[in-house]
Amino acid sequence: MPKFLTNINAISWYFLMPVLFIHFFVIAFPSILSLLLCLTDWNGFGKINYVGLENFEELFRDRIFKKAVYHNFIWTIMFLTIPVIVALIIAYLLTGIKRGQLFYRLVYFFPYILASIVNCLIWRYIFHPKHGLGGWFENQGIDFLSKSPFAMKETALYAVAWVDMWHFWGFLVIIYLTGMYQVDESLYEAADIEGATKFQKFRYITIPMIRPIFILSLIIIIIWSVPTFDYVYILTMGGPAYSSEVVANHLYSQAFQRMNVGYASTIGVMMFFYVGIIVGFFALLRRLGWEV
Amino acid sequence: MATAKFRQRSSYINHSILFFMALTIILPLLVLIFNSIKPVEEFGTNPLGFPSEIRLMNYYDAWVNGNYTQIFFNSMTLVVGTLILNLTVSGLAAFSLAALNPRGIQTVVVGLYLLVGISIPAQLYILPLFLMWKSLYLLDTRIGLIIIYSALNAPFATFLIRSYMLQLPTELFEAAKLDGASTMQLFTRVALPLSWPVFLTTALIVSLNVWNEFLFAITFIITDDYKPISSILFAFQSRFANDYGLVSAASILMAAPIAILFMFFQRRFIAGLTSGATKG
Repeated sequence: MPKFLTNINAISWYFLMPVLFIHFFVIAFPSILSLLLCLTDWNGFGKINYVGLENFEELFRDRIFKKAVYHNFIWTIMFLTIPVIVALIIAYLLTGIKRGQLFYRLVYFFPYILASIVNCLIWRYIFHPKHGLGGWFENQGIDFLSKSPFAMKETALYAVAWVDMWHFWGFLVIIYLTGMYQVDESLYEAADIEGATKFQKFRYITIPMIRPIFILSLIIIIIWSVPTFDYVYILTMGGPAYSSEVVANHLYSQAFQRMNVGYASTIGVMMFFYVGIIVGFFALLRRLGWEV
Repeated sequence: MATAKFRQRSSYINHSILFFMALTIILPLLVLIFNSIKPVEEFGTNPLGFPSEIRLMNYYDAWVNGNYTQIFFNSMTLVVGTLILNLTVSGLAAFSLAALNPRGIQTVVVGLYLLVGISIPAQLYILPLFLMWKSLYLLDTRIGLIIIYSALNAPFATFLIRSYMLQLPTELFEAAKLDGASTMQLFTRVALPLSWPVFLTTALIVSLNVWNEFLFAITFIITDDYKPISSILFAFQSRFANDYGLVSAASILMAAPIAILFMFFQRRFIAGLTSGATKG
């Protein structure tokens, strides 16, 4: 055999080729295309014209895009608070019990493995004005949820976020629980001797000790909430009157309903830059020795 | 004494909070199950409760009207095809990074490359990919979607398998090498048989991801006969908008295989999904 085929360095590259090839073909190459197409006004068929940064100028004037960005921002804030707080409390309570812990863990985690479409159908029914909760209250003679929260401008975004959070928070419970079980038991014993309350132990031992995993969960939430799509698309399609439109949805309709290739690529590039800045920011913090 | 009593009372409170939160998950799921066996006439009078008459025909209707034999076959094809392609490429890569040259430049370069790949939002490349697939005649084919799913799951699978293979004793590989094994044999005869647990975990998570995937499924498959279960169910919610029995039965048919697998392999599912997030 020629030497270059037996060299361990070369061989290890051969084993890496398939994954690099398929990944480049599906993800890297189209991403690069997108970075180029955002400078054009292509519509998928005709001639490709270079238009410079015109798409970006248009994007900053696009009122629906601004609305969508604002909704994404609210979405991120909601996911950074509600599921995180609930999951922290529940995980902490779970560490205190022995009997039934496995049961609770399985139940909380279960919605996370269900498909988005199934979760959406469950909640679409429950929030249905004639059936579900609304219908049940109507049968009792109470006027509550008589309009679907998905169909009202004021509530659509929050109702969709509720369904997504319902499916997501159990995942955080498991992550925090893993972190909490790694905390040295003797710290709690020392605190017991000093007469610390349950809340004090939580605040001054649990939280600082699980900080790395806690910060990581926040990064995951921020990054995952950027391309959020399924729940909005299935439940409201961004409506009514764009009241639950998110960026990924806006991109999808520009791309596949209007075939505005250049413009859709511009939105994708903005999302990519945003995620890149977030990742870069945390990588920088880590490099500076701020332990995250 | 006093503290014991206090402990007991607070543990009642803890249990009731935990139980309440469990109910917020169990009750909506129960409503779905009840609906799937409820006759249409009963939805008005009894929207949430257990049906007075159990109607299993909803499942039959969903299966027949939804052409579920074909749909299940489509989804299974996607899962099996992705498993074969994804586990092959990820296994080879993980073996290379873990056993062949763990301290080489490859680990840094490839690791960084795949990490960047994970954090790219799918929306950045979905449209160019769509146009590429169209010109390559891969659009609206199951093999086209299998290639996409394999690539999407490759970084996660590679990292997970690699972290397991790193724990294999290097003496084993060296002994096999002395016996004259080729590099490929090191992979198939030594690494593979020893790391089957991680392949099982990875296979479960990849199957879950493929079975539940929505965005690429609705975008890349247009013909009804090739559609996987998630995009068919999406079409159902408008096609049979008022037939809640049928739609609920159809959703349960989609969730059931995953739920059954979850019951058998809960630890693997949970470990795989959480480590996929915290390591990636």
